[in-house]
Amino acid sequence: MTSTLNISDLTKTFTGVKALDAVSLTVAPGSRVALLGHNGAGKSTMMKIILGLLPFDAGTVTVCGAAPGSAEARRQVAYLPENAAFHPALTGEEQIGHYLALRGESPKTARALLERVGLHDAARRRIGTYSKGMRQRVGLAQALIGKPKLLVLDEPTSGLDPVSRRDFYALLDGLAAEGAAVLLSSHALTEVEARTDQIVILSNGRMAASGTLSELRRAAALPVTMHVTARNGYGSEIADALPGAIRVGADLHLSCGQDEKLDILACVTGLGDKVADIEMMPPSLEDIYSHFSRRDGQ
Amino acid sequence: MNRILATAKTEFRIALRNRWVAIAIGLMALFALVLSAAGSAPTGGLGVDRLSVTVASLTSLSVYLVPLIALLMSFDAVAGEVERGTLPLLLTYPGARAEILFGKLLAHLAVLSLAVVVGYGIAGAVAFWADPASAAGLPALLRLTWTSILLGATFLGAGYALSSLARRPSGAAGLAMGLWLGAVVLYDLGLLAAVVADGGGRFTTEFFPIALLANPADALRLFNLAASDAAAAAAGVAGAAGSVPLWQSALSVALWPALALALATAAFRRVTP
Ligand SMILES: Nc1ncnc2c1ncn2[C@@H]1O[C@H](COP(=O)(O)OP(=O)(O)O)[C@@H](O)[C@H]1O
Ligand SMILES: [Mg+2]
Repeated sequence: MTSTLNISDLTKTFTGVKALDAVSLTVAPGSRVALLGHNGAGKSTMMKIILGLLPFDAGTVTVCGAAPGSAEARRQVAYLPENAAFHPALTGEEQIGHYLALRGESPKTARALLERVGLHDAARRRIGTYSKGMRQRVGLAQALIGKPKLLVLDEPTSGLDPVSRRDFYALLDGLAAEGAAVLLSSHALTEVEARTDQIVILSNGRMAASGTLSELRRAAALPVTMHVTARNGYGSEIADALPGAIRVGADLHLSCGQDEKLDILACVTGLGDKVADIEMMPPSLEDIYSHFSRRDGQ
Repeated sequence: MNRILATAKTEFRIALRNRWVAIAIGLMALFALVLSAAGSAPTGGLGVDRLSVTVASLTSLSVYLVPLIALLMSFDAVAGEVERGTLPLLLTYPGARAEILFGKLLAHLAVLSLAVVVGYGIAGAVAFWADPASAAGLPALLRLTWTSILLGATFLGAGYALSSLARRPSGAAGLAMGLWLGAVVLYDLGLLAAVVADGGGRFTTEFFPIALLANPADALRLFNLAASDAAAAAAGVAGAAGSVPLWQSALSVALWPALALALATAAFRRVTP
């Protein structure tokens, strides 16, 4: 019962569409969990249930030891909605000041918060003039108010440029180090990179996979690709030694299962200086992701 | 309490930037001036001071314009947040939904009160300038001012309820205009037609006063006319003012805001973002 967020067998149906089907998940203090899935996989639905914005049909959800959406839970949970929106007539500083007051904090610290997300220059401008990335930063700033125990961030890096994305993950590292639990969603594995402790892949409302990146890599058991470059003239000799290899110019391309990897490597080493170079390519993040995240009929 | 005040402050700021403060004050001031000027015909024969006569015509302004301004300010309160997509985030913050609504009410009521006080203040000043004996009408003007603010609260609450039910600004605007038309225009016309058709029968003596009390705008008219000496200057539906005890119309004026806000809170609680 020490985990910040506890979900078991969560099921939610929207008039015939099963948005979530018996999903279970726990998030411990200080850990960063990425929720991945295609559009319509059920990520936002799950987050709204955690926040108490949507009712659910079956299963149990405990947030900081309380019911989702209860006063107790709301005090400790911060949220960044999918498309963070604010009143266009307010300035960034006024909007954050308002949120600070709602959490019982001094509105005077708004400026410092905006500086933390790199938005100090525009703090006194109306949000109506902001770009999508700037609005996203305002959303991020409000999620940092009052040291939340759990941050629920729905596609937090959408609309951010690569440098800002890096800053964002650095910010998350700091929060997690202070003991906050983070649940964030994304539709691409490449976006969350290696900056999360656990990855959960949703597909059509079902949990397709869950684990660390290396666990997912092992579970997917996708073939490894090797490129062997032959020394002048030895091409066909090497091709005979490596059945299944395809010749591409001076190179030989072959793919093998994770378990055959070492045998093939030994075989290539046995060829001695007939081999000029060898390159091994593990399955890419995109490959692993699309292995788990398949829509019906794909 | 702090959350209510914070919401009120932000909403007032938004009302200021959206020009609602200027529009509300401008409208009230303009109509109050026009009505003061229109009532400038010699009143000598009636033996009534100038301000009392002005208050009688300002009562109509309260009945028509105050609900209209209140509905225009409030129809967007919930539906607008839904449309902008700001409601889900707001609802994850600590505090009850009623607190959000009360914060908005406080801000909108402040704008409305400002408009009523400025408008009726101008009308009062004009009356004093034309007739120094107007001091006699001062209690009537004050009475009209605070009952108008209560009527504004009633229609603000009704606007929030419609805004929560409609979920979409366009739908909420339609409902709000429908309510205004129904409650302050058609209601009276319908009653008038019924009274004429009834020809002084049971409807006129028994149901008509109750029907007037049941409508917050009519209750305001009833209360203000019955309480002042200017009843003679009024006509039509308000002719019944004398037959209804003052405490009954006062009770209706005071209870309606509470009822409308209870409805608004109940409707807002049912909104799923
Ligand atoms: N309010 C709703 N009414 C009906 N269906 C909905 C509603 N919200 C989401 N859905 C459906 O639930 C599924 C999951 O949606 P969502 O959680 O938004 O996906 P994601 O955030 O992963 O892209 C989709 O099929 C979507 O159409
Ligand atoms: Mg989504």
